[in-house]
Amino acid sequence: MSAFIELKDVSFAYELDETQRVPVLRHFNLSVEKGDFVAVLGHNGCGKSTVAKLCNAIEVPQSGTVLVNGMDTKEEENLLEIRRTVDMVFQNPDNQIVATIVEDDVAFGPENLGVEPQEIRRRVDQALKDVGMYDLRFSEPHKLSGGQKQRVAIAGIIAMQPACIVLDEPTAMLDPRGRKDVMKTVRMLNRDFGITVIYITHYMDEAAEANRVVVMHKGDILLDGTPRDVFQQDDVLKKAGLDVPQATELSLQLRRAGAPLSGKILTIDELSLQLEALLPRSAGRVES
Amino acid sequence: MNDTPILRTENLTYIYQKGTSSEVAALQDVSVEIRQGELVGVIGHTGSGKSTLIEHFNALKKGTAGRVLLDGNDIWADKSKIRAVRFRVGVCFQYPEYQLFEETVAKDIAFGPRNMGLPQDEIDRRVKEALTNVGLSEDYAEKSPFDLSGGEKRRVAIAGIMAMEPQVLVLDEPCAGLDPRGRATVLQMIADYRQKTGCTVLLVTHSMEEVAAIADRILVMNQSRVAFFDTVDNVFAHAEELQTMGLDIPQMTQLMLSLREKGYDVPVNLYTVQQVYDTIFARWKGGVHGAQ
Amino acid sequence: MLSDITIGQYYKAQSVVHRMDARMKLILTVLFIVIIFLCKNFFSLAVMFALTAVSILVSRVPFRMFFKSLKPIIPIILITAVLNIFYIDKGTVLFSWWKITVTTGGLSTAFFMAVRIICLIMVSSLLTYTTVPTLLTDAIERLLSPLKVFHISVHTLAMMMTLALRFIPTLIEEVDRITNAQKARGADFESGKFIDRVKAMVPVLIPLFVSAFRRAYELSFAMTCRCYHGGEGRTRMKQMKLSAVDFVALAIFLVALAGVIVLNYFFTALI
Repeated sequence: MSAFIELKDVSFAYELDETQRVPVLRHFNLSVEKGDFVAVLGHNGCGKSTVAKLCNAIEVPQSGTVLVNGMDTKEEENLLEIRRTVDMVFQNPDNQIVATIVEDDVAFGPENLGVEPQEIRRRVDQALKDVGMYDLRFSEPHKLSGGQKQRVAIAGIIAMQPACIVLDEPTAMLDPRGRKDVMKTVRMLNRDFGITVIYITHYMDEAAEANRVVVMHKGDILLDGTPRDVFQQDDVLKKAGLDVPQATELSLQLRRAGAPLSGKILTIDELSLQLEALLPRSAGRVES
Repeated sequence: MNDTPILRTENLTYIYQKGTSSEVAALQDVSVEIRQGELVGVIGHTGSGKSTLIEHFNALKKGTAGRVLLDGNDIWADKSKIRAVRFRVGVCFQYPEYQLFEETVAKDIAFGPRNMGLPQDEIDRRVKEALTNVGLSEDYAEKSPFDLSGGEKRRVAIAGIMAMEPQVLVLDEPCAGLDPRGRATVLQMIADYRQKTGCTVLLVTHSMEEVAAIADRILVMNQSRVAFFDTVDNVFAHAEELQTMGLDIPQMTQLMLSLREKGYDVPVNLYTVQQVYDTIFARWKGGVHGAQ
Repeated sequence: MLSDITIGQYYKAQSVVHRMDARMKLILTVLFIVIIFLCKNFFSLAVMFALTAVSILVSRVPFRMFFKSLKPIIPIILITAVLNIFYIDKGTVLFSWWKITVTTGGLSTAFFMAVRIICLIMVSSLLTYTTVPTLLTDAIERLLSPLKVFHISVHTLAMMMTLALRFIPTLIEEVDRITNAQKARGADFESGKFIDRVKAMVPVLIPLFVSAFRRAYELSFAMTCRCYHGGEGRTRMKQMKLSAVDFVALAIFLVALAGVIVLNYFFTALI
């Protein structure tokens, strides 16, 4: 079975002017399976946003091919079908909302696709319920919080019923509460709707929730695997200037000091459970 | 006089749309004292009143009741001197890179000092120093601010405030939207600046981790009131209450809380991996020895 | 301050006017403007005033909303009224001093004009208060669609209007934010000569333009991602359908038109 999204030997450079080009990706390969939840992690300028834009043909590679469900993004006649298949949510929640009323904005995508009016109505209502914004369907976007706007943007994508959604640092401009809400919505898209998710971020704790983490560094893939496996490589990540989730970091330090911790620890709960086995119930009682 | 707080509010209250049916209190009865030279972290979730509070510190908003005192003097005592207050309390707002407008970095940084009416050689000195403070080389001086990367723009904007050499530097979410390396750089830069100048610094943020790393005291705002204003250790000792306020407490503090729930008598005011490592290591070794 | 602007503001309520087809509301608003300019005397104006009052009452939009939209226009109304009072020399002289003469003719014309402007503002605000902006631009698009014959892309124009309405509040917030940031750097917008004040706006305008272009650029990406490709093959969630209410309203307006013409004919013209 071939992958759902495939970047094969892709090279890409931004052209500043006729003479100057900034190479971003060189002979880059990545394939994403249908229904997967892939987090792409890395610093600004590592090429992760370019990967996002390549996935739905906003950018096309200078060499190599990008296939979306078998369709080459270079072919002009595939464009609409590719964008119907892969949708995007961007960092700035303000700059992707088109209409002056929440529900009209959610309808924008399906309207562009030429969906029947009654069907649009149904999808819009459902999508707004799915992201928990139904009560605010008549609100004006500029009166919403960043997290709410981002959820409206996601509803607008759900209403188009894409197979895959690419989110480019959707939480970078949000407060902790907004981040949590958006993350919860994204998890639901993947788990309940089976939508393939490519989630670009620089937050480790968000990446830890994915099925697969791809760590990018200077246009290359540094690590690729489950969050558990990837975050075990704390020295590689640190060399690239990235962190690992603190629970993992602490567990690794303790293990290096000889503590018998088993498995690859990712979350606070897992670590807490293991520490329970490690630590005496009451230090005071043992000493006496 | 080290005893006079540099900045003080007395029962400061601010009500939006006062007198209408849609009255909203953004600040209620806030009385705080900021000491000379300290680094205070200001924390609270969106709508807690923390942004409104800092807008009062440099007279962009005027309280509907109460006073703001700078060096013991009411900042609104003489309305014609409001601009002078803004030079003494320098506020750098969220996403400050969007305020850049000049042709060159140097000119943009000089905007504040020029408004202060300083002589040209003094302005030049300050621009140079501000660039050093934010860790940018002199090569940047003649570049266009619009050609810089996001992180560099942010630093130029912060330099623009530093160049006014304010007594109090207020930074509203200086790390918002930056990647981990960018965040670390900016935090380090702030810590160094304070070390070097002895300037009083207020750091507004959502991130407890950031505050814990560099602040002396933490001011926690909740529902337009002061919830806590104490040393980092003492505030984190209230970790559970902070959580119920909807604040994101550091992961390490969460771990300590969960151990405490399991019946361990551990402190909850730990927030770095190193601190927790030390505590757990000691407990574990102690336990191993005890059992032997 | 700036955020008080009420362009394209929608007031949510359940009313007959809200339920009316946006196209009909747009047509009736234009019709209203035409009729009110046909009015020649107080009798015909009274008909239109009554029509305005009834429309407002039926819309269930509180009166204070109308006052809000009227507020910025008050100086204009007053200036026109004063000019009319002083310059129109007709009827009995009520008061005369130096070069100033006030006549009954002047007074009644001033009053007539003021009522006319107020009715105009009220009715056009009624349109924006009771119609969702998207529907309004949709209505414009549909009504003007015959212009396609002249190769004018009505859809593009309507889309631009929607986007403008969407981003006006965002840009106003942005102006506030940038202004505050520059004030914090000691920018002075309040004092100095006119030319100084214009110069003082530069630090606000440049970042505003930079940001507006960045927004436009990002927005165009987002729209492309959401499969926007012009008006071709696009459907609409909100269908427009004329109902009985629309025809009743149209009938009422036509009766008003007839009334105005008749009253103009039977009574002497004021202007």
